[in-house]
Amino acid sequence: MRIESKFQTSAPMSRRKWLAAAAGLAIGLSTFAPAKAADDTIKVGVLHSLSGTMAISETTLKDTVLFLIDEQNKKGGVLGKKLEAVVVDPASNWPLFAEKARELITKDKVSVVFGCWTSVSRKSVLPVFKELNSILFYPVQYEGEESERNVFYTGAAPNQQAIPAVDYLMKEEKVKRWVLAGTDYVYPRTTNKILEAYLKSKGVAQEDIMINYTPFGHSDWQTIVADIKKFGSAGKKTAVVSTINGDANVPFYKELGNQGIKATDIPVVAFSVGEEELAGIDTKPLLGHLAAWNYFQSIKDPENEKFIKAWQAYTKNPKRVTNDPMEAHVIGFNMWVKAVEKAGSVDPDKVIDALPGIKAPNLTGGVSEMLPNHHITKPVFIGEIKGDGQFDVVWKTPGLVPGDAWSKELDGSKDLIGDWVTLKCGNYNTVTKKCGGS
Amino acid sequence: MPLIRLLRPSLSRLLFAALALAFVHLATQPALAGPYEDAVAQFAAGSFADTEEAIGKLVASAHPRAATIIVALQDGRLFADPDAKTVFIKAEDGKVTDAATGDAVAALPDKASAVRLNNKLRRAVSGAMAGLTLLSPDLNKRIQAAQSVFKTHDETVLPTVEAALKAEKNAAAKQAFAEARAAILLFKQDASDVDKLDAIAVIKARGDQEAMALLTGVPAGQSAAVTSGIASAKAAIERNLALWSMVQNAWYGLSLGSVLLLAAIGLAITFGVMGVINMAHGEMVMLGAYTTFVVQEAIRTRYPALFDYSLLIAVPLAFLVAGAIGVLIERSVIRFLYGRPLETLLATWGLSLIQQQAVRTLFGPTNREVGNPSWMSGAFELGQITITYNRLWILCFTLAVFAILLAMLRYTSLGLEMRAVTQNRRMAASMGIATSRVDALTFGLGSGIAGIAGVALSQIDNVSPNLGQSYIIDSFMVVVFGGVGNLWGTLVGAFSLGIANKFLEPVAGAVLGKIAILVLIILFIQKRPRGLFALKGRAVEA
Repeated sequence: MRIESKFQTSAPMSRRKWLAAAAGLAIGLSTFAPAKAADDTIKVGVLHSLSGTMAISETTLKDTVLFLIDEQNKKGGVLGKKLEAVVVDPASNWPLFAEKARELITKDKVSVVFGCWTSVSRKSVLPVFKELNSILFYPVQYEGEESERNVFYTGAAPNQQAIPAVDYLMKEEKVKRWVLAGTDYVYPRTTNKILEAYLKSKGVAQEDIMINYTPFGHSDWQTIVADIKKFGSAGKKTAVVSTINGDANVPFYKELGNQGIKATDIPVVAFSVGEEELAGIDTKPLLGHLAAWNYFQSIKDPENEKFIKAWQAYTKNPKRVTNDPMEAHVIGFNMWVKAVEKAGSVDPDKVIDALPGIKAPNLTGGVSEMLPNHHITKPVFIGEIKGDGQFDVVWKTPGLVPGDAWSKELDGSKDLIGDWVTLKCGNYNTVTKKCGGS
Repeated sequence: MPLIRLLRPSLSRLLFAALALAFVHLATQPALAGPYEDAVAQFAAGSFADTEEAIGKLVASAHPRAATIIVALQDGRLFADPDAKTVFIKAEDGKVTDAATGDAVAALPDKASAVRLNNKLRRAVSGAMAGLTLLSPDLNKRIQAAQSVFKTHDETVLPTVEAALKAEKNAAAKQAFAEARAAILLFKQDASDVDKLDAIAVIKARGDQEAMALLTGVPAGQSAAVTSGIASAKAAIERNLALWSMVQNAWYGLSLGSVLLLAAIGLAITFGVMGVINMAHGEMVMLGAYTTFVVQEAIRTRYPALFDYSLLIAVPLAFLVAGAIGVLIERSVIRFLYGRPLETLLATWGLSLIQQQAVRTLFGPTNREVGNPSWMSGAFELGQITITYNRLWILCFTLAVFAILLAMLRYTSLGLEMRAVTQNRRMAASMGIATSRVDALTFGLGSGIAGIAGVALSQIDNVSPNLGQSYIIDSFMVVVFGGVGNLWGTLVGAFSLGIANKFLEPVAGAVLGKIAILVLIILFIQKRPRGLFALKGRAVEA
């Protein structure tokens, strides 16, 4: 089911119909002839789930890309052509992500795709993007350990979120005992593996680390919260590092609040809880719990204020919140536009080569740069939850942190680097001087 | 909790001593010029370090207004204008005063913003407040202050605690002060062994998690008698806590069981009694939760005073909404599919997707906020376990719903007709029962009860379009395990699964625990394919 015509913002109604008809004819009658529509506009694929479990997070990102395309078209588009969004719904179904990606690239001939949220969906579309040589912008914080030629990672790598957050707790809160709680899938497991190695390298003993995994959508947190309380009463300052995913967070925080665990006793720092997730909870009992991100809506910066205003006007909702993955799409989109203009073409090879080194302002007053490993530089902020569902930034890194594709903490990956400019390799081993991993 | 280590020791001690002093000598202390004004102005500097320093200086100034300013800071009512370096207090009724002088001010300047706190400062402030309120006339505040001192065991407040202990009349407060005193003595370097052993006895008698934490935190280098006293006290507390953790697991199991029962009870009717494999059951629960959301929204905007009653209002409405949709579904789809379980399964699965997407379109894909009424927030201590009010109420509510449903099936004519139709449709029809009407009403009843479940579940879970999906598997598990067609089976099934789950979880972890439960059920079904309480007799053949 394609719903592209609904989101086509530039062409008048009659031409839109004509285009659709022409495209239909072209596909129906002559499979070898290119669709006529491709000449007039540059197509941008949007691959975010609009139904199913992940719709809760991804629908906003779809709207963000449509908003960005709308804004860009107001400025005259790219290379003198209007941009046209092609929205598909992979319905939170991982194999369907690959199918829809293939459809976007081969049938709709999109020049770039903005999409995916979960790591498993990204892994599912990777082979498609490699095979068909297209470009994916991935906007979510993830576990790292990956650098692909066709993917640009605009979310945080672990060293841009998890490690600084732990550093903050160690330095500012003098935390000595750690609970690593997460949902049972690849992102929390890898992140916790990195964190465990990091904590041990800082002299934290094994018995001071408690690791706990829960299924997706876990809703009965009584035992785990009681365990955390017990773990926290061993006479050392304790903190929880939470990689609990989306839906399970609301019951988790409710249970924390009800059992009376205050942030001044056992602070919880979360990597997957942002403004959107807090919209479903009364945040007063959560005052002071923390989140680590590269962007907060509450950050006072003229760019940010302009963006929030335009976004709320676009969605016609003055209360609509913004969040970190949205900012990642904003940066990624602007980088892509600049790269296309620099390359003078939407040819994937030219754009991929043009992207490293491209700089685009982020919404917090800095300028992010695309690195040769296809990750970007970002500032890291630690925010405390306020009573109104927003965050108060209590700490930030002095400058921008470059994203590491391969974690320096893990034995298997500390010698690896990704470099698509000079080495043309995503997993170059600096010790054996070979491309192809350890 | 070793909070004190996190504060700067000098600062926190200063806070305690000076604030206690300020409180006692509130009337007599003359105002000091200079350092006090500097301290207040420093709140406008903006950085956390400045605020921390300002608190220290403010307390050291022992100015009579210091306590007022600290309270305002704690409540987020202290405002500062960074340019003019002026600081204001906004009273709870909205009146603005100049913080330094206490003079009334017309309005806050535009640039003024609340003085920010982080966790470290919050701890400093609340530690200071505890020292301040040890002698408070308010009983609860005294107890809170004593408990706070128990955690921080700051020896500078020892004289105040001892004075308070002597003057105290209330038994609970006396106990709290005695424990606070014991905690201080235990950590005091120059306290005698006799004092320390007495202190250990007091702390051992308290016997909870915090006592354990305190004993664990005692620095090494104590005399042999004290060290062995601590070790034996810790062992005793550990034994005690191990016993209580069994009670705690049982309670958590009951609570989880009540949630399972609540989610499954509607399905026990539509699937258990009617035999419809109803995959849209979870969506009825979701509709109930969204009804609660709509009711609360209406109350928030129109009648905020009624908020505590929002759930009571939502229960009948959720029953009606979900019940009406249930009747609609039965009349329009399911009645054509009786006796064709595979088609019913697919059709109801499709209906569940339609309902999810409809709600997603109508209310948006993100979570909706459903608040807890005040009587469902918080927790109380029963012995060494924490019981949260929302879980307790849900348990009571579930049992009430179960009892009402049972009574309805047993004592009303509709209940009689329902049982008659499900046991022998043709015989019932021959007796003049309008079977198709009864079918619709039975399905409506099951759906309505699922809607009621949604009201309760909105208190502990996300209100999102996916709410129902997370309960559908568990509901089927409970009904099949308990025995299809038997409400008592559903009850016993839900509670035994809940308790088994909660005893497995601490040992195996949440993920493995869940898998273990599923494996156990599979094995059980092999042995007893009809569940715990199988229906016997001719009804089984029908």
